[in-house]
Amino acid sequence: MTQTPHHTDVREFHPRARAAIADPKIRKNFRKAMDGLITKRKDAFEGWDLEALRDLGANIRLRALANLPDLLEQLEKKLSENGVKVHWAIDGDEACRIIRDICVARNAKTVIKGKSMVTEEMELNHYLDDHDIEALESDLGEYIVQLAGETPSHIIMPAIHKNTGEISELMHEKTGTDLSSDVEYLTASARHQLREKFMNADVGVSGVNFAVAETGTLCLVENEGNGRMTTTVPQCHIAVTGIEKVVGKLEDVAPLLALLTRSATGQHITTYFNMISGPRKPEELDGPEEVHLVLVDNGRSSIYQDDELLDTLRCIRCGACMNHCPVYTRVGGHTYGTTYPGPIGKILMPHLIGLDEGRHLPTASSLCGACGEVCPVKIPIPDLLVRLRQESVDGDKLNPAKVRGHGAKRGTLEAMVWKGWSWMHARPGVYRLGTKVASRLRRLQPGNLGGWTRYRTAPKLAARTLHERMKERSQ
Amino acid sequence: MADPIKVYPPKPSHVYFYATCLVDMFYPDAGMAGIQLLEREGIRVIFPEDQTCCGQPAYTSGYHDEARAVARAQLDLFPEDWPIVVPSGSCGGMMRKHYPGLFRNTDQETKAAGIATRTWELTDFLLNVCHIKLEDLGEPTNVAMHTSCSARREMGIAEVGPRLIGQLNNVNLIEQVRAEECCGFGGTFAVRHPEISGAMVSEKVDTLTDTGAGTFVTTDCGCLMNIAGFAGKNQKPLSGQHILSFLWERTNPGKEDNS
Ligand code: SF4
Repeated sequence: MTQTPHHTDVREFHPRARAAIADPKIRKNFRKAMDGLITKRKDAFEGWDLEALRDLGANIRLRALANLPDLLEQLEKKLSENGVKVHWAIDGDEACRIIRDICVARNAKTVIKGKSMVTEEMELNHYLDDHDIEALESDLGEYIVQLAGETPSHIIMPAIHKNTGEISELMHEKTGTDLSSDVEYLTASARHQLREKFMNADVGVSGVNFAVAETGTLCLVENEGNGRMTTTVPQCHIAVTGIEKVVGKLEDVAPLLALLTRSATGQHITTYFNMISGPRKPEELDGPEEVHLVLVDNGRSSIYQDDELLDTLRCIRCGACMNHCPVYTRVGGHTYGTTYPGPIGKILMPHLIGLDEGRHLPTASSLCGACGEVCPVKIPIPDLLVRLRQESVDGDKLNPAKVRGHGAKRGTLEAMVWKGWSWMHARPGVYRLGTKVASRLRRLQPGNLGGWTRYRTAPKLAARTLHERMKERSQ
Repeated sequence: MADPIKVYPPKPSHVYFYATCLVDMFYPDAGMAGIQLLEREGIRVIFPEDQTCCGQPAYTSGYHDEARAVARAQLDLFPEDWPIVVPSGSCGGMMRKHYPGLFRNTDQETKAAGIATRTWELTDFLLNVCHIKLEDLGEPTNVAMHTSCSARREMGIAEVGPRLIGQLNNVNLIEQVRAEECCGFGGTFAVRHPEISGAMVSEKVDTLTDTGAGTFVTTDCGCLMNIAGFAGKNQKPLSGQHILSFLWERTNPGKEDNS
């Protein structure tokens, strides 16, 4: 199996962004894909009262988060009653260890995986690989990026950065599939290759979309049937989820599901919706004999402590914020160098890796608000970006920063520039004099304003400021 | 933070005009046009002399102490209960949407919240408070429009510009594709991430040029500087104007500058 690169490497954001922008293929693939997804989403909500549904979704998530500790306890109790073994992991390492221990206890050598972002976050594949357990991705997109030795570039469509031609070449090279532009053929070949692996896998690992506390039900949304196979064919199924994915009641799932599929891919409903509440019962013919749930914290409980940052945990991982983000569309998911790319990545990753590592993330946004506008659970993403920018420069004595690595971006020069700016603009007389002098000297204005003038002409100061004109007018 | 509910006031006798630093220094004509449009509606326009900047550049850069110091210097400029009109979606958005949060748990909390509820973007104010009726005196022409993201999403006024232009009999508004996509300005974003911002504005200039209108108007000076600056540097056949200047010129030909 090809070795996948590690997930978090955010330091090289700038050079990677430059490279992506200079690559017409990436630009074209993403533009086409995103334009398509934007239209599909719009069509899928046709005839719905989208605002009312988003309010409902946001409220369900907020209510769940408000009761998170209780709901998690209830979930554990219910699942245990149903015969599911529940494990708690404080971070990714502990979660990986738990999964390995389960594999070792079963003497398992192969793991087949359904799509799961949290296992990407904890780099489970690397870990298992290091412990001589083979982990194979079974989601088509994940399978493709795994073949390519890459990480997903989108949370819903992991291989969206590749077009059909590239995928065909990759499959040809790695698996001997014939070169073809026929998507049906390529999909069928992959499916065939994966079927065999399913039959022989010792353990199936999947993610979870919603965990229902009231009934102890794990809900899994998917289109390819691989999720259903992962959770039913191997004799042991391990579900992995972040602790925030819990909801109170079964009736909470329907509106969230309606929002999730339409926001993600513009589908009214997915092909498969799995509800797992326990292992095979003695009288049943199919299903695993052992089911586990690993609840992963990995920095989430620290977000939970803060009234504002908490909103990050509402996310239902639909990817709509990426699909609508003009920055993501230009640079693609790999530029971010993080498990979760795009807008949600910019507000979630700083908590997972700290602001010292992730300090560029919150700045890489024009704050256009498209992400917040489409988010089905109304996460105020732009406001959170501003909050994290403030944290990354320790810019607010009234509200001291809390996120790990805060202040890492504060530079002496930049801080002084803002101090000077603030000093001048807080003194009207100084401001008026300064702007008047600048307008008089406008012919001396520098023509080179760094990044700005690389692409644009320098803005021209007016001959007289509005202040001056209004003053003359009143005389 | 909850958005202050937008309830349009009755047409007032007076308004405060908050120019924004970009209008003050770079586009004073747009400011004059806005003032004259208001005066033509029979409104007395008060221009508080001590105004400087709303504080947004520091705010979005994370320097909230510095932003607060500048914003604080604006809070006492509007003593009467008159509306505050701003010829910019983004500075209007700062005052309307972000002032309350910026001053939370300070002595100025109430004052900031009060200012937020009476801040209006000027074109919105002209259309929905003044119920302005525009009489087009210009030659037939085509124009495209770019609505800034803050006008569109923070102030919720994407429809206002097209409706105002729609009142002009001789102006044909041609819609660009992806009208709701950001032009890539984003304040310091344009300088911190020049390549990404450059790619965004380049595509925006293309979609605006593709309308064939040759000119575009916008509610925000940041977008104007960005889009027109790119078009200028790359010799694209596209020029831009603040929507207020455009509306004033169409309805007062030959009298653009009567300051
Ligand atoms: S932040 Fe909102 S739009 Fe983005 S993935 Fe999460 S739920 Fe979807």
